[in-house]
Amino acid sequence: MTKATPLLLIEGLTKAYPGVVANKDVSFSIGAGKVHALLGENGAGKSTLVKTIYGLVRPDAGSMRLHGEPYAPADPNAARAAGVAMVFQHFSLFDALDVAENIALGMQDPPPRSTLAAKIREVSQTYGLPLDPGRTVGDLSAGERQRVEIIRCLLQAPKLLIMDEPTSVLTPQEVEILFRTLRKLASEGTAILYISHKLEEIRGLCDSATVLRLGEVVDTCTPSEVSARDLAEMMVGQTLITPTRVGGTDGAVVLEVTGLSLPASTNFGTSLKEIGFQVRAGEVLGIGGVAGNGQDELLAVLSGETVTDADTVRMNSQPIGAMGPVERRRLGVLAAPEERLGHAAAPDLSLTENAMLTGAQRRGLTRNGFLNWTKARAFATEIIEAFDVRTPGPGHVARSLSGGNLQKFVIGREILQDPQVLVVNQPTWGVDASAAAAIRQALLDLATKGAAIIVISQDLDELMEISDTFAALNEGRLSSPRPAAGLSVEDIGLMLGGAHDLEVGHGAA
Amino acid sequence: MDLSVINPALLIASLMVASTPILLAALGELICEKSGVLNLGVEGMMITGAICGFAVAVETGSPLLGFLGAALGGAVLALLFAVLTQVLLANQVASGLALTLFGLGISALIGQGYRGVKPPPTGRIDLGPLSDIPVLGRVLFSHDWVVYFGLALVVAIWAFLKFSRAGLVLRAVGESAEAAHALGYKVVRIRIAAILFGGACSGLGGAYLSLIRVPQWTDGMTAGAGWIALAIVVFGSWRPGRVLVGAYLFGGLTVLQLNLQAAQLPVPVEVLSMSPFVLTIVVLVIISARRRGASGAAPAMLGRIFHASS
Repeated sequence: MTKATPLLLIEGLTKAYPGVVANKDVSFSIGAGKVHALLGENGAGKSTLVKTIYGLVRPDAGSMRLHGEPYAPADPNAARAAGVAMVFQHFSLFDALDVAENIALGMQDPPPRSTLAAKIREVSQTYGLPLDPGRTVGDLSAGERQRVEIIRCLLQAPKLLIMDEPTSVLTPQEVEILFRTLRKLASEGTAILYISHKLEEIRGLCDSATVLRLGEVVDTCTPSEVSARDLAEMMVGQTLITPTRVGGTDGAVVLEVTGLSLPASTNFGTSLKEIGFQVRAGEVLGIGGVAGNGQDELLAVLSGETVTDADTVRMNSQPIGAMGPVERRRLGVLAAPEERLGHAAAPDLSLTENAMLTGAQRRGLTRNGFLNWTKARAFATEIIEAFDVRTPGPGHVARSLSGGNLQKFVIGREILQDPQVLVVNQPTWGVDASAAAAIRQALLDLATKGAAIIVISQDLDELMEISDTFAALNEGRLSSPRPAAGLSVEDIGLMLGGAHDLEVGHGAA
Repeated sequence: MDLSVINPALLIASLMVASTPILLAALGELICEKSGVLNLGVEGMMITGAICGFAVAVETGSPLLGFLGAALGGAVLALLFAVLTQVLLANQVASGLALTLFGLGISALIGQGYRGVKPPPTGRIDLGPLSDIPVLGRVLFSHDWVVYFGLALVVAIWAFLKFSRAGLVLRAVGESAEAAHALGYKVVRIRIAAILFGGACSGLGGAYLSLIRVPQWTDGMTAGAGWIALAIVVFGSWRPGRVLVGAYLFGGLTVLQLNLQAAQLPVPVEVLSMSPFVLTIVVLVIISARRRGASGAAPAMLGRIFHASS
């Protein structure tokens, strides 16, 4: 590929919104058949930039060229006609419609249904993305839903494919399938613009990278030639501090689970089988495994959303298995579930109200049954300051925060309640590198203060970084916990029930 | 009590007539709700259509122009709703209720000079030999054109939603406005078009009351028909076929209870009068509760405000 005529050339793009400059004089280029990464923290302006390329946003200044021709799409239809396709992070599928209907909606001039179904089958086989055109999208898994979007794009034979954080909702196996597809596409000459927080993925997949910070291009590099740490520091603009602590597993046993078996509550749930473990004061227990293997169910048992026999869960030898979340919270067992909007936080309530919801008891935010809003607001403000939550103030609704910021708020809210036991599921899911480091550090600091912490995560790198002991959850069974220090990738693979089930650490840095 | 005064053939024939206004209004509301907009102003749009159609028909002497005027009147009132909810992003429930009250008021104002006036008659269409079939010909094939128009509209809307691309886009907008917007569809324009269609259909339904069924103008003559149309859409699970069943059920019960009143059934008249409303809703609740498939569920965006935040 010659560098002379890049497929897409962007020069001096600027877009300002009231109060923020989302993109400021952004320039870069992508060659045909290349995979180009766009890196940056939450709010660095990546989404605005790709929306501009896809015709959803009109730039204030600057120009784009596609195949050397001036390119200024008025709307997504124009962008698609020019050969630009985009796979969205979310918001682009219709749950009640079936796969073929969803795909037809994203096409300029869809063929009749029977032809389209045949075409979908053909493309899905060519690229190794199995998909049944007749299924209702609402019933599909996250990985399958993404396949719908990708196939929708592929059917139009795009010249440029934009992918906005495609792997944040995928299991490691699904990520591997996706990468094979992307490499095949690139080898056929399609340029790919790839946005992700996951630096190891970018190092393994991308040919070049442009780093954005606060709307400006701050650096460009070849990802395979620099370390993930370097990439993270380019994004953040400062030296990253690896979370550190003095580990300890010699405290008293705080939480003990014995013989936990629980049938699945729904058709889509996982039943838990004979789970048993102990967590000591000051210990961080990391529970790894692919999502959907009982993580949500285990968190529900620990937080009290699902009650069991009293003796199944014990805290300081006291049976608490039959207690609900409120009683457990009073004792100091707190939890932060994975789903931020709707489970960990009420989307349309303000941050103050959300702080009140779990903090009322332990922070004494009520008095004689009346809510003390002054105190709740102070508590919310404290969380916002301590965890660097970026929001105009505690009066704003949870929904208005970006995923990473809300995650900081949710985790911070529990940590500041001074728990004795804290259970978190996917604490840094969708959170950028510096915020993730801050959350991990806060968890470690809490452990140093003597709390027992259980971290459930799909991110094995994260678990290796902060855990004292490690256990794997697979099809509702938990392996016996082992000290994390000195565990090799092979050990972990075996604990997860066979290394082929889970690809460990992409690119194995 | 004398049940022999009830003639089954006549009952079915008048059932089709009694159901048509509700059927038309419900079909319009169905399209509107499929686009994700809940317009509670059906009653107001119906009565506005009733007086607009009546006035135009009386002034021009042409029932056909009257129906056109009714559709236009209903659509103009719906446009008010569209501007409020789609442009000014007002709450749909409150705007819809206000629209009903406004429609009742403005129709009474327009209708001041038309009380006691007789509209030009709408003839039955001659279906030739079909109308001559004994019993069946009288029951099914000797109605005015609007009855058949309503039935054709059921089929047309069903096919539109199931087979056409525009129908797919309409459903998509009602299912996820954000996703449709991201794909480049004009959510607000599509919704305004759906609202206007709903208004026009409601207007036709209202005019059918004032020009054919009654036929004369009285204030508040729709008497809750718009509300039952709304209920039929919901309990008909947003499907044209079930909406037809619901509308005919309600129409049938209305005609039956009128016949029973005439037969002097020893039941209070008030109980008979309310029975169609109660029974229709009970039956439709049972139908809609039986199966809860993805296709039977409400459009996900129903009643939610969409604001493009690009």
